[in-house]
Parts: sequence; C-alpha cells; structure tokens
Amino acid sequence: MENWKQNPRVFWTLGIPPSVWLLAFFIIPLGFLFVMSFSDKAIVDGQVSITGYDYLTGFTNYIRAFDPLYLGIMWKSVWISALATALCLLTAYPIAFGICFAKDKWKPLLLLLVVLPFWINLLIRTYALIAVFRTQGYLNKILGWVGLGPYEMLYNNFAVVFGLVYVYMPFMVLPLYATIERLDKSYLEASLDLGGSQFQTFMRVTVPLTMPGIVSGVILVFIPCLGSFLTPDLLGGANALMIGNVIERQFKAANDWPFGAALSFLLMYATFGALALRYLFSLRSKGVDV
Amino acid sequence: MTTFRPRFRPNRRSVLQGAGALFAGLTLLPRFSLAAEEKKLNFYNWDTYIGENTLAEFTDATGIEVKMDLYADNDELFAKLKGGNPGYDVIVPTNDYLERMIKADMVIPLDHSRIPNMSNIDTLFQDAQFDPGRKYSIPYMWGTVGIGFRKSAVSATPDSWKVLLDSDEYAGAISMLGDQQNVLGAGLKYLGYSLNSTNADELRKVEDLLIAQKKNIKVFAPDNGQDLLASGEVKLCQEWNGDIKQVMAEDEDLDFIVPKEGSLVWQDTLAVPKGAPHPENAMAFLNFILDAKEGAGIASTIQYATTNKAAKELMPAEYQNNPVIFPPADVLIKCEPNLYLGEEAIKQRDEILTRIRAS
Repeated sequence: MENWKQNPRVFWTLGIPPSVWLLAFFIIPLGFLFVMSFSDKAIVDGQVSITGYDYLTGFTNYIRAFDPLYLGIMWKSVWISALATALCLLTAYPIAFGICFAKDKWKPLLLLLVVLPFWINLLIRTYALIAVFRTQGYLNKILGWVGLGPYEMLYNNFAVVFGLVYVYMPFMVLPLYATIERLDKSYLEASLDLGGSQFQTFMRVTVPLTMPGIVSGVILVFIPCLGSFLTPDLLGGANALMIGNVIERQFKAANDWPFGAALSFLLMYATFGALALRYLFSLRSKGVDV
Repeated sequence: MTTFRPRFRPNRRSVLQGAGALFAGLTLLPRFSLAAEEKKLNFYNWDTYIGENTLAEFTDATGIEVKMDLYADNDELFAKLKGGNPGYDVIVPTNDYLERMIKADMVIPLDHSRIPNMSNIDTLFQDAQFDPGRKYSIPYMWGTVGIGFRKSAVSATPDSWKVLLDSDEYAGAISMLGDQQNVLGAGLKYLGYSLNSTNADELRKVEDLLIAQKKNIKVFAPDNGQDLLASGEVKLCQEWNGDIKQVMAEDEDLDFIVPKEGSLVWQDTLAVPKGAPHPENAMAFLNFILDAKEGAGIASTIQYATTNKAAKELMPAEYQNNPVIFPPADVLIKCEPNLYLGEEAIKQRDEILTRIRAS
C-alpha cells in the first residue's frame, strides 16, 4: 500500500471516519471560536443582545485582552506553570531513573503506580488533596502527633503549584522513562571509565542524551498547567486567579464568548510558541528523536 | 511488486450506507420528538435540591420516568442552554437568570390550565416583577445570602457586613462567595447602596473596599463555604442560608445571620426551556411539585423556605419559625432581589471582580 491511488477504496474507507471526526469535533468548533474572537455581541434595539452576535467586527476583543489587567494575569499563569513544570521535572527525573534501573519484574508495577492516579477523576484527586492538606486534615493530624502545627497549607499559591505538580506528574515521568530506558548504558560506563565523576557523567552524558524526553515532558506539563482553572479554583486563595479562570468566567458568568474566545486563542498562540521551542530543541539534538 | 489487497473491499453502496449511519449517529438523539409523548422527563436541577422521594413518587403517580442531571450554578445552566436546549424539560433558574432567559426567548409559556396546584402558592409569590403573571415560571424556593459563623470563634454576633468587608478582626478566617453579584452586592449593601447598582462611583468604592480587605479574606469559595466553615477552615463565611442550615444540623456551634444592612433575597423558579422534548410531562411535573404534600416533602429534605403556602402549613413549627429559613421581617425589608442588569453591566461588574481577584 505504498500509494493510496492504487487502493482508493481502502484509503477512503479508512480515511473518512477520522477526517469527519477531526472536522466535526475539532476544526469546526475551533473555527467557530476563531470567528467568535473577532466578533462582538449584537446590538438589538439599542440593547446589547444576550445571545446574538455581529460576526467579524474587528480586533476589539484582542485589544481588550492586551489590557495590563489581563496581561498581568497571563504573566502570573506563565510563572506558576513554569514553577510547577520545573518542580515536576526535578521530582520526576529521579523517579523515572529509579524505574529504569529497577529489576525488570518490578518495572510494570512501578509504572502502574505512576499511571494509577490517571484512573481517578481530576476533581476527586483535587478534593483528596484538600482532605490531606486542610488545617484539620490528615497531614496536620500527623504533624500534631509530634507536636507540630497545625499549619495553613491550603488556599495559597504554594497549594496551587503543589496541586499542579501532583496532577501532571505522570506526563513528566512517562516521556522521561521512555528516553532513559532507551539510553545506551555503555555511554555512562565509558564516561566513568574515562575518568568522569558521577556528577560530570550525569550533566554531560545523561542529561544531553535524555534531553528529548525532558523537552517532551516539559511541554506536556506546561501546556495543561497554563490552561488549568480547576486547581487554582479549589486550592488557591483570594489571589488565585489564572487565565483559565478568567476564560471560564467569560463563557459562564460574564456571558462574553467573544472575549473568552480571544483569550483562548492568545493562550493557544502561547502554546504554539512552546511547540516551536520544542522544534528548535529537536533540531539541536542532532537527530535523536523524541 | 505485489500489492497487499485486503479482503475487505467495500463497494460504493456500503460506504454510503456506512456514512449515512455515521451521520445519523452524530445527530443529537433527544431532539427527535415522537408523535405521542413518551413517558419520560429530563430534569435539570441543582444538587441536593429535590425531596428525597419526590421523583420516585412522581413516577409512581404518573408512570413518567424522571432523569435528573445536576448543575452547580446558574451560569452553567445558562451556558448549556444558550447554544440550544440539549434535551431538558424542566430547569430551576434563579429569578435574575429566569429574567434573562425570558428576554432571550429561551423559555416557553406555561399552560396554567394544566397546573391547578398553582393555587397553593403563597400570595406573596403568586406574581413576580421578573415574570409578570407567572407566565413562564412557578416559584420553588426562596432564601437569602448572609453570614454563616462559628459561635465559639466570634466575639459578638456578626450582624453587619463590616466583619467580612471592613475589619481585621477575623483576618485569614473569612470566605466569600465567588460570583460578582454576591461579592459586589455585599459591598454595595454595606456602603448603603442598592445591590443592583450600576453607578460607576459606587462600584469603584466597593472595588477599593474589597481590594483593601482582600488580605484578610482567605478564599473566594464558589460553592463550598459551608464546608470550610464546618471543617474549621474559616470562622465566617458569606453563604446561602440553606447551605448553612444543612451544616448547622450536624454542628451545634454554627449559626447564620442576615446582616442588618440587608442582603440578597432570591427566588428559584421552575421553568420549561424552549425545545423541551416533553412539554406535556413538564406541566404535569410542575403541578406535582406544587402539591401540598410533595412541597412539604421537598422542604423537609432541603430545608429551604418554600413558596408553597399549603406545604408550609404541613411543616412542623420548628421549620415555620426558624429564623435561618425565614429571616425576621425588619431585616428582610432591607433585602433586595438581583435584577437582570443588562449585558453591559454584567461585563463591567465581571471586570471589577477580575481586578479585585488579580490585585
């Protein structure tokens, strides 16, 4: 089947369902939002309409999005997401390394433990965190036995970052595991044999060779962090407002879909930026595929 | 070179049939309406907002099966119905959202001849400013927003919005609701303005007040202030009276008060959204809800103030005289309902809330 022209029927039979799916559930809704982001609410009889729109009226929503108020919130979202991603990387790297160097019979079980939280709904996992960290929660109870606390651990930026790290950790561990697993261990031996210290070997051999996994993991964690709204909503304090919360409010409470769409697309352009960075990294990693 | 040819080789007809079946599957099924109304009803309601046995008793009485979906707030309800009714027959919007839906032509008029139990409604609620003549809705429950508090943790009864909005006494032990109506509404009432103000100066003062107070507010909790209060996370919370009533049943140390400056008084209604697949069943359901015995069953489960006079009379004195459910008249007179202020005002107020949260 080198050429689809030789087997057009097979091609169309296999190709149509996914194309229809992609068109109906991805491209058309996204196109609708794209048009919406350049639109405004219609004015009917001098009143702003509740459900009607004037389509393709201009850039007013984007101009509004560049108000310092919203740029500030976006900057804060980037900052919190970057911090959460860095902490994810720092924790996930040793975990992935540990799994790779574990005995073969333990590997499936260890990987299962990493993936297991995925089987539980995000909302429930976040509520579980609340039960653990609240002032009269399990962690403070345990600390109380040794005479510490109680500490206020929830409803601040720390809680938001921790929640994001906890939720997105598997996205970091899995790509790291995949690249470390494929790492040719003889390179490490060679480096050590030739007089490199453990630290030098790690920094100059292991990290560069696993860079594709690091980049994939960073992107897989950073992007969903940037758009998250549930975690700041449930774990954050009075200040916890990420751009995802503002977008959610535009589609619900504020009933301002055009502005929400514009903010969503700005977030998407930021995502494209991150993917472009990934591409640059993959060029630099000299053919080592991610 | 031989080419791999799979044995599955569909002809044009079977591909077309398959595509047809696929498109049929993509169409939303609830929109197909059958000639004779099937014995089903799709009820879109708030969580824990119906009597324990109400739905089962309705099915027993009429043979109509009720499928209930839940939403967390009016915005979710509105957003879901805005793009077209996904198949719901009865919804429970709050007064200002009902007003918005009437203006946006999203609900259908009720057939009053099929709801004889409307005579059970308290005369106070027989008519409504937001729905003249009750053309589109029947009243369900009403209530207030006020301050829930832990009696042993406060120095005096917090009978003013001051303790939440303009005082350091309970720094870090306060939760507020998360929506602009309630956050700005409390500030407006505290400063002596109308809850529904769209005056830029008045709103600016509220914004400054809240930004200054924010360091003392632990969290803006959209729908779980009562849990924060019950678990000791906060000492004071701005909450709906019924939510506090529910946790008060488990903890003697909790109480609720409507601040003396006045607050929000709200009314939830039952309405039938446009495009409802089973409008006849919906009318039967509304009538059933207004039955005195059923109304009492609902009120005793959810512990909100019923708008059903006949049902209230069936309730024990403990409910009828409860100040949390039915606040004293001298406070109630200072309370106001939310009005639908128009899209521009909502946008203005939403941006103020964003500024407060982001400051």
